[in-house]
Amino acid sequence: MDPVVELDSLEVRFGPRTILNKLKASLTGRAIGLLGPNGAGKSTLLNTLLGFHPPAAGTARIFGRDIRTHAREVRGLIGYMPENDSFIAGMSGVRFVRMMAELAGLPREHALERAHEAFFYVGLGEVRYRALGTYSLGMKQSAKLAQAIAHGPKLLFLDEPTNGLDPPMRTRMIQLIQEIRDRGDLHLILSSHLLRDVEECCDQVLILKDGRIAAFCNLEEERRLNRQFLEIETRGGANGNFLETIEKLGCETATGAQGRVKLILPEGLDVRRLYEVAAEQDVQIRRLNHKRDSLEDIFLKAMETPKEPANGSL
Amino acid sequence: MAVYKKTYRPYEGGLTPSWSRFFVVTRYAFEDLRRSRFLSIFYLTTFIYPLICALIIYVQHNASVLNLFGAQGTNRLISINVVFFMSLLGWQSMLALFLAAFIGPGQVSPDLANNALALYLARPFSRTEYVLGKMTVLLGLLSIMTWIPGLLLFGLESYLEGWSWATDHMQFATAMFIGAWIWILILSLLALALSAWVKWKPAAGGLMFGVFFVAAGFGATINAVQRTTWGHLFNISYLIGSVWVRLFEGANPTTNGAIFFRAPQGEVLPIWCSWASLIGLCLICLYMLRRKIRGTEVVR
Repeated sequence: MDPVVELDSLEVRFGPRTILNKLKASLTGRAIGLLGPNGAGKSTLLNTLLGFHPPAAGTARIFGRDIRTHAREVRGLIGYMPENDSFIAGMSGVRFVRMMAELAGLPREHALERAHEAFFYVGLGEVRYRALGTYSLGMKQSAKLAQAIAHGPKLLFLDEPTNGLDPPMRTRMIQLIQEIRDRGDLHLILSSHLLRDVEECCDQVLILKDGRIAAFCNLEEERRLNRQFLEIETRGGANGNFLETIEKLGCETATGAQGRVKLILPEGLDVRRLYEVAAEQDVQIRRLNHKRDSLEDIFLKAMETPKEPANGSL
Repeated sequence: MAVYKKTYRPYEGGLTPSWSRFFVVTRYAFEDLRRSRFLSIFYLTTFIYPLICALIIYVQHNASVLNLFGAQGTNRLISINVVFFMSLLGWQSMLALFLAAFIGPGQVSPDLANNALALYLARPFSRTEYVLGKMTVLLGLLSIMTWIPGLLLFGLESYLEGWSWATDHMQFATAMFIGAWIWILILSLLALALSAWVKWKPAAGGLMFGVFFVAAGFGATINAVQRTTWGHLFNISYLIGSVWVRLFEGANPTTNGAIFFRAPQGEVLPIWCSWASLIGLCLICLYMLRRKIRGTEVVR
């Protein structure tokens, strides 16, 4: 599959600070999640792809077009929903979206028609003639989504789309994003620090930490692999030896608080074997839960790994 | 597609030429300005002086009208010469300053205050086009009240006086056109630059006057304290006035500038200094715009 976004040793600096550090990845998914703690570089990456920040080194390509040399063409393919409040306070919602669609190149009549459609689509049909400054936070988020999709982009950048939304509005926003994704007309990149948002909407995830790629995973594939993910709670004995022994058996482990261990069983290894090892090590297994390999686990593992650039190719 | 279907669909229609997109910004800005009744009335009043000028030109060439009012010979009181056209330019340019101070700050500052620049620039639309689009609003409105009436009056005088007058005084037309454009350009750049840096509209408007009047006062203080004339470099109306004099009358001027834009007698700086200062001012404004007109603000 042709990559949607290719990061080719992309480096961005703000003065002496390196914000994005030699990112290398090839993203092909229909819905790509950008995850990371605050300050990891998610928004900077989106802004760089939009041409707001010039790369200090390397480059990136969107649908094969270099962001350095084809910036205008690239922006023509993108719809952008920024993280912060971005609107023109005195303008009515529909006029604002119409203007944005016209700036993207739509003729006046088409822009007006699409602005109305986009407003109805995001659920703001009834308030489309009201000034944007009077909108609630949730309505502003929806209006931002409307302006991002009105011109029919090929790639949608959603920067923290559920920020500040109450649960029903959040659910509505996630549903909209899923609907847009499932239509298959466009690709989307969703940047968020909320794991649930990304897990619900994305099939690929790029995890950033301190401006580097900490992990890159294909959620779809992870789900398909159906690996056995367990969480156990142990008491007594030398827990370190127990973990060492089960790792020798091929298990991937991660220790949590109060004797909790998360582990992935390799194929062919039966759970009974864990009990046997525990008995040999004089360790009690007090609780054992089967878990799905969640994004949270992938994320936590990525956050634990020391600083070294990960390759984001799939 | 009917809106009730409420589904997303991609756009497959044609696109407008990319060179024309800055007009979108201009058009929307004009629509916003048109809503202000005060602005509309003020703008209409700016045409009173050119209308009076047109009347003077007409009366000058219609002795029968003067006879009708029993005012024979009064046509010699006002002559259509360099002072006439320079005064027109001076009046209109001063009104242009007021207009620019009124509408200029509202161009960029609301977009910056509401973080809307990211949305403009996330589209196939550059920073230059944004500035050009906003500037076209000012350039258009200020042109309509400065050089366009000036050239129309020149045309009227040429028509009534004879085309030989037009060829003899072509310098008036070119001076008015170029002189007004220099002023319009400076006003527009300054209004946008201040609007980009001062997000509060009234403060930006006030600052616009400050740049003209406070800087002129500062220059006058330097002149008085240092017993020099170089303080005039801070006086924009002096600089523009001296450039106009050169454009209207060449190297041997008989006047010392237009109304509001006069150089005091005996305090003339080399003309290149005026040009250099005005160009410097424009470059500073462009630099200020370049710093502020960005998709996203970078905190280093």
